[in-house]
Amino acid sequence: MIDARIAAGIGLAALIALPFLLPTYFLHIVIQALLLGLINTAWSFMGRFGLVSIGHGAFMGVGAYTSALLWNLYGVTPWLGIPAGMVLAVLLALVIGYPCFHLKIVGHYFALVTLALGQVVALLIIAARDITGGSLGMTPRAVGTSVLALQFQDRTQFYFVAVLLWLVVLGIRAWMSRGMRRAALEAIGEDETAAEAAGINVLREKLWVFVMSAAVTAAGGSVFAQYIMYLNPETVSGVGVSLQIVFAAIAGGMYSALGPTVGALLTLSLTEGLRVLFGTMLIGAANTIYGILLILFIIFMPRGILGVVDGWLRRRPQPQAAPAE
Amino acid sequence: MDIYLLEAVMNGIMLGGLLALLALGLNLIFGVIDVVWICYAELVMGGMYAIYWLHAVYAWPFLLACVAAIALVALFGLLMHRLIIEPILGSAPINQLLATGGMLFFLQSVATLLFGTDFRNVGIRLPIIELGDIDLSFARLLAFIAAIVGAAGLYLFLAKTYLGTAIRAIAQDREIMGLMGVDPRRIYLITSTIGGGLAGLAACLLVLQYDVHPFIGLTFGPITFMICVLGGLGNMFGGVIAAFIMSQIIAIVGYYFSVEISYVLAFVLFIVLIVIRPQGILGR
Repeated sequence: MIDARIAAGIGLAALIALPFLLPTYFLHIVIQALLLGLINTAWSFMGRFGLVSIGHGAFMGVGAYTSALLWNLYGVTPWLGIPAGMVLAVLLALVIGYPCFHLKIVGHYFALVTLALGQVVALLIIAARDITGGSLGMTPRAVGTSVLALQFQDRTQFYFVAVLLWLVVLGIRAWMSRGMRRAALEAIGEDETAAEAAGINVLREKLWVFVMSAAVTAAGGSVFAQYIMYLNPETVSGVGVSLQIVFAAIAGGMYSALGPTVGALLTLSLTEGLRVLFGTMLIGAANTIYGILLILFIIFMPRGILGVVDGWLRRRPQPQAAPAE
Repeated sequence: MDIYLLEAVMNGIMLGGLLALLALGLNLIFGVIDVVWICYAELVMGGMYAIYWLHAVYAWPFLLACVAAIALVALFGLLMHRLIIEPILGSAPINQLLATGGMLFFLQSVATLLFGTDFRNVGIRLPIIELGDIDLSFARLLAFIAAIVGAAGLYLFLAKTYLGTAIRAIAQDREIMGLMGVDPRRIYLITSTIGGGLAGLAACLLVLQYDVHPFIGLTFGPITFMICVLGGLGNMFGGVIAAFIMSQIIAIVGYYFSVEISYVLAFVLFIVLIVIRPQGILGR
């Protein structure tokens, strides 16, 4: 346990030192990785219990557009706009989740319902083009550096916002993984009927993870849009984004706390690396590699990169312990 | 009745034929192997590019290009099952869906790499049929007829042939069929090949109506999944009915409001229907 604490301390120190060591460009990637990483982590709240959503872009879109529209149209600060977006996302999750879980819609049926939900949100954003700008996207009104507007000219400041939020989400994940609740959810993931028979309120537990996941995803979507300062139905909602979330979470390892963030870092460095190496000549090359990797990960490494690393770390102490007996 | 509304209804019927055809192959795979090929529309896109390339660039006759495209996509379906689905057939169904999601990314970006993001047209202009005051696109009528013929052909194959019977039996009970001397592995491979071939057939008809671009799959893919589920898995007839219901909603609501709102309503209807009738509109 002391090992873990030392590791956490070193990690935290590194996180604080990072913005002063990294060039701006890399800091930009790290900030995006943290923000997308926390969204992927929110997806894995449900994903790791077999509740796979391929429409999480819906919640991201609801969060991002709610806060941006409130700011642009009524001048409402994102500090209120983000919670408003989270509330809307939670309501959406309840409206979809309650009947689905009540009627035991699971597996790929549930996945297809979330796909439909993602389409509904993306299409509504496009349809409301008078205020959202439709497919052309929109820009939150810029006011320079302002804490009230959650806008920072200096990347280092935004970096600390991202780190703080990311740590909060990791904290939520740890809090959600405690004791009985986790055991109950794992049981549901294994066999719903048996879990029900064992006295677990399946409906309530599943709604709980769905709602938490939706709320965090909405917040992440808002802050991400706030950082990029540009919203587009393709980049914060829709099928493409939803599938990218799933891929990153699986590749990084959805069963590990840091896995989804590692996934975000991996996908971002892949895109950026290929862009720097080949320029725009090879547009689409990154997604080609994503696609192949996703297939390979699901076939050979369903627990993701950190899942494999965890496996090694856990196996290593055993031979040392054996001679002592 | 408003003449434009009537035209919208007629166009809806034609769109229904196209959607029914698209849903056909997916429905077969969904029903028999219990796998969702989330990249199904991207297979169609691949077929469309194949036809474009063979016909518009290498100047093959259109029909020959179509036959080649159907064979190509059928082979792709076979390989996809053999290489991607088969190794993970034993794991949770959602994993298979996600693996084909990887294929979706792959196909989209390979198409972008090879052909760029330009919209490409095969350059075949079919005549417009005038029915009184209503204009009907011949390409759409062709798609409609092909969908009906395709559905009927598939129905006859499944109902009348030994192989078809084996495929239906596997869909009903996977475990017992192995004991009855049917090799599920072979049946799955055959089903995947037919499913791919049907995607190729859909490509032949779509290429007459739409320009090809790498992301065309996203425009009609999601609605196709909804139709399959609504029709009831593996229920060909249900799939056709669901395709016509969805296409009428899209056509009529699109006429009164906008295309986006019509699709929104179609997806909302899907969510509502799957919740009240998870077994599909014609489910047992």
